[in-house]
Amino acid sequence: MSNYYESSDLARFADVGTHNKALIDKFFEYYTMATGTDGALTKREKQLIGLAVAHTIQCPYCIDAYSTGCLESGADPAQMTESIHVAAAVRGGASLVHGVQMLNALEKVGV
Amino acid sequence: MPASRFDFPESLARHGLDLSPTSIDTLQVNVGKLCNQACHHCHVDASPIRTEAMDRRTAERCIEVLAGHPGITKLDITGGAPELNTNFDWMVTEARKLGKHVMVRHNLTVQFDGNPRTGESKEHLPEFFAEHRCEVISSLPFYSQYFTDRQRGKGVFDKSIEGIRRLNDVGYGKPDSGLLLNLVYNPAGAFLPASQESLEADFKRELRNRSGLLFNSLYTITNMPIHRFREDLLRHGGYEEYMTKLVNAFNPDAAGGVMCRSLISVDYDGRLSDCDFNQMLDIPLDKAVPRSIFDWDFDAILHRRIVFADHCFGCTAGAGSSCGGTTA
Repeated sequence: MSNYYESSDLARFADVGTHNKALIDKFFEYYTMATGTDGALTKREKQLIGLAVAHTIQCPYCIDAYSTGCLESGADPAQMTESIHVAAAVRGGASLVHGVQMLNALEKVGV
Repeated sequence: MPASRFDFPESLARHGLDLSPTSIDTLQVNVGKLCNQACHHCHVDASPIRTEAMDRRTAERCIEVLAGHPGITKLDITGGAPELNTNFDWMVTEARKLGKHVMVRHNLTVQFDGNPRTGESKEHLPEFFAEHRCEVISSLPFYSQYFTDRQRGKGVFDKSIEGIRRLNDVGYGKPDSGLLLNLVYNPAGAFLPASQESLEADFKRELRNRSGLLFNSLYTITNMPIHRFREDLLRHGGYEEYMTKLVNAFNPDAAGGVMCRSLISVDYDGRLSDCDFNQMLDIPLDKAVPRSIFDWDFDAILHRRIVFADHCFGCTAGAGSSCGGTTA
């Protein structure tokens, strides 16, 4: 194993079921229903959400899979770019909003 | 033909499929490779510098075959930009006199660019198509500029929008006009098309809202891994991955509707193939049957064995792909 991440390993996802097929089958069934079908959200909307989450968790497999998934559900690069800005904004906001805790700490020491 | 690890006949056998011809209802005639554009994914390798063109004698023979077979109800004219062939107007007129349904693979921009070799104007095309009640089928990779210009060249999107507007002005795409304008989407890269139904809804909404344009149907087609697109995949190291994607997406339901079962493709020289892709790869009809329009034998050709190759996985992936969109 020369690298922790190999793009070809994405196609081996199902191998994770080698020692427990029942659990991985259940997971894939759930995964497909959650991300790959039209429902209250369209498949395209789900793929754009998945792309945003993939960037938040910084999973290279997921970024690869959801970039393709977005294109194959009819999204374009402009929509995909906006989705990752949503991820970045929420993530940045989560850092900044903790500034209130900093202010609380400053107040506690009389600053 | 060398053996391939992408074995299409084996896939058919594994699914118990027999893809024999069902009819010959369409004569698809490629009248030449000259085009005003040089698109990134063109399976014909068409461009302004190509000179291959169908001559009058071959065009006349195509019309003779159509006249002799009432069951061949459709003439599908493609290229290149087919309107640049000097026999194009004549072929359309004669086929219409025979009562055939004429489809033209029209790239929209030729209305403005004209003939790149002679400078001849093609601004009359919308009126010509309407007069002869041709079905117009036009590529528009996306309803926005980025994907369209990336695939078909800078400035193509804006010209295409104006081309659709001129077609709308003579009635194309309008309800009850009977003048059909169908658009064709193909992916901008190495990925499969989205659902035809959902993309058609997007295209209709966006073209109407952004530009006030109308069309009838959207056909989604899969990029064929041949010629320019294949070279592009090989250059970026993506050929194996794309082929694997197509093979893994093999859909038996889509396979049943592939276009080679109901059409015959004719090249500029009169040679016959099972489809336009085979034609571009110089794969003629099976050797047991006539291979030229000048030796046409309807019954023999109807009962031929269709010749398959690796690229056929492009027509059977996902919802399927044909000159008329999905097949599943």
